[in-house]
Amino acid sequence: MRVRKVIDGVSEKVMCSVTAAVSFLVVLIAAGLYLKARPIMEITPIKELLTSSSWHPLKGEFGFYPFLMGTFWVTFLAMIFAIPICLLCSIYISEYAPRKMRDVIKPLIDLLAGIPSVVYGVFGVLAVVPLIRDTAHRINISTTGYSVLAGGIVLAIMVFPIIISVSVEVIQSVPYEARESSLSLGATQWQTVKKVVLKKAFPGIVAAIILGFSRAFGETMAVLMVVGNVPQVPHSIFEEAYPLTALIANNYGEMLSVPLYDSALLLGALILLLIVLLFSMAARLILMRGGR
Amino acid sequence: MNLRHVEERCFKVLMIAATFIILGSLFAVIGVILVKGAGALSLSMITQTSKGGYYLGKEGGVLNAIVGSLYLAFGATATSLLVSLPIAFCLQREYVKARTANVVRLSLDVLWGVPSIIYGVFGFTIMLLLGLRASLLGGIVALTLLELPIMVRAIDEVLQMVPRELKEASYTLGATRYETMFKVVTRQILPGIISAIILAFGRGIGDAASILFTAGYTDHIPSSLLDPVASLPLAVFFQMGTPFPEVQERAYASALILLIIVLLLTVSSRLFSRRFAKFVIR
Repeated sequence: MRVRKVIDGVSEKVMCSVTAAVSFLVVLIAAGLYLKARPIMEITPIKELLTSSSWHPLKGEFGFYPFLMGTFWVTFLAMIFAIPICLLCSIYISEYAPRKMRDVIKPLIDLLAGIPSVVYGVFGVLAVVPLIRDTAHRINISTTGYSVLAGGIVLAIMVFPIIISVSVEVIQSVPYEARESSLSLGATQWQTVKKVVLKKAFPGIVAAIILGFSRAFGETMAVLMVVGNVPQVPHSIFEEAYPLTALIANNYGEMLSVPLYDSALLLGALILLLIVLLFSMAARLILMRGGR
Repeated sequence: MNLRHVEERCFKVLMIAATFIILGSLFAVIGVILVKGAGALSLSMITQTSKGGYYLGKEGGVLNAIVGSLYLAFGATATSLLVSLPIAFCLQREYVKARTANVVRLSLDVLWGVPSIIYGVFGFTIMLLLGLRASLLGGIVALTLLELPIMVRAIDEVLQMVPRELKEASYTLGATRYETMFKVVTRQILPGIISAIILAFGRGIGDAASILFTAGYTDHIPSSLLDPVASLPLAVFFQMGTPFPEVQERAYASALILLIIVLLLTVSSRLFSRRFAKFVIR
């Protein structure tokens, strides 16, 4: 009898300490990256690091501006493609599609979420990049195809399942009575969706979009393979870019002999982490509040 | 037909078009990889390891990467299951207050959103600190960090659906919380655990950014935890990066192998969870 009680007590202690440790993992990662990034921040002020365009590790100049711009351009473009398509599709799945069709479409979209990012990268190189190159040539723009646009398209496909699964859930949680009272007042189905359902689901949809954004922001391999990786501030969507994640993936682990190089790259990782944390925290808080 | 019905029609067409774009892109991805990959896929690709000069277009296959990926994903999934199960149980009412549990859930959800490259960078920094080289062990640790939040949240979700009467019946018979959780509840949520395992495994086997620095790359099948290990996603990535068309062809074939593994996992998760559902009390 006593043994069982002891097992129960010990297991509680073990379980709760594991849980506590994992809960602080994010803080631990951020703190670790900060410690390693501090040397570079002591030498160059953080403001200069973020706004300077000169990236010459051998001369000790680390300007993150082109990389930040690369990341922002690719992510924003992806969101511009993904948001309208995802919203329309989510509304269709949750409000219009017959039950049988919904049961077919939803698992297919979940399938998209499971495809590894290198596979998207290969798809981008094989299909998206040549398509952009040929289309651009037809309208007299010279580009290799490896461009912000290619990154945007591939990323958009990758965030489809995230935005859709969250927003379908949110839209379906709008109480049925709200729809019925709107319909019984003579509103059409679209009017009901527009004025009742979307209004109620709005915060949740914003959260879904933010989650998609932060996933796109941190995506590495697929983007790395299709954006061309030229360290410049892109001036059009047909130009190459060099996102922050690609910078880290290409250079970290090598060239650690160059002074401050790893510190600079870890600062890049820290910036990435902090932005993603901020966004996903905001999205989760919105969703939690809506759930209550 | 007045204006609002026209609007209804227009939007319905747009919605169907959007759904087609999304399903179309799924089929485009699968189709392109299938067509390009099938042409280059051969038996030697999956039965031989990479020989010297493989990346210059010489003999060999990617067996080392396939086996390496399986090692990595199995190791990481087993480790994260070992950690996830206690955490998911700990979030139940018996152990912590609902408020605390929600804070932990929030931090897990945030962890789920952390880009995998961050896990890779963080893992590698820790390994440098400990003086470890890129190895199977390092890769498993980085992938475990990646899989952990996915698995805990998936198990947590099914735990919340366990009927309260079931637990109460167990407590009434005098079982402790430990016995109730590990002997009664675990059996009840077995299908959920299986699909959580498959979900996490699929995520782990496909991820490249987290093992880019931590697992290294080699032409051999590792014989110990401290050996570097090849992996399928990185094999795809490195083969794509070579300037030789015949090696790039093999990248398509490797991508196809990876895609087939992931798709099989998804399908089997559906089948398995149905099969194990016979232990569930409804």
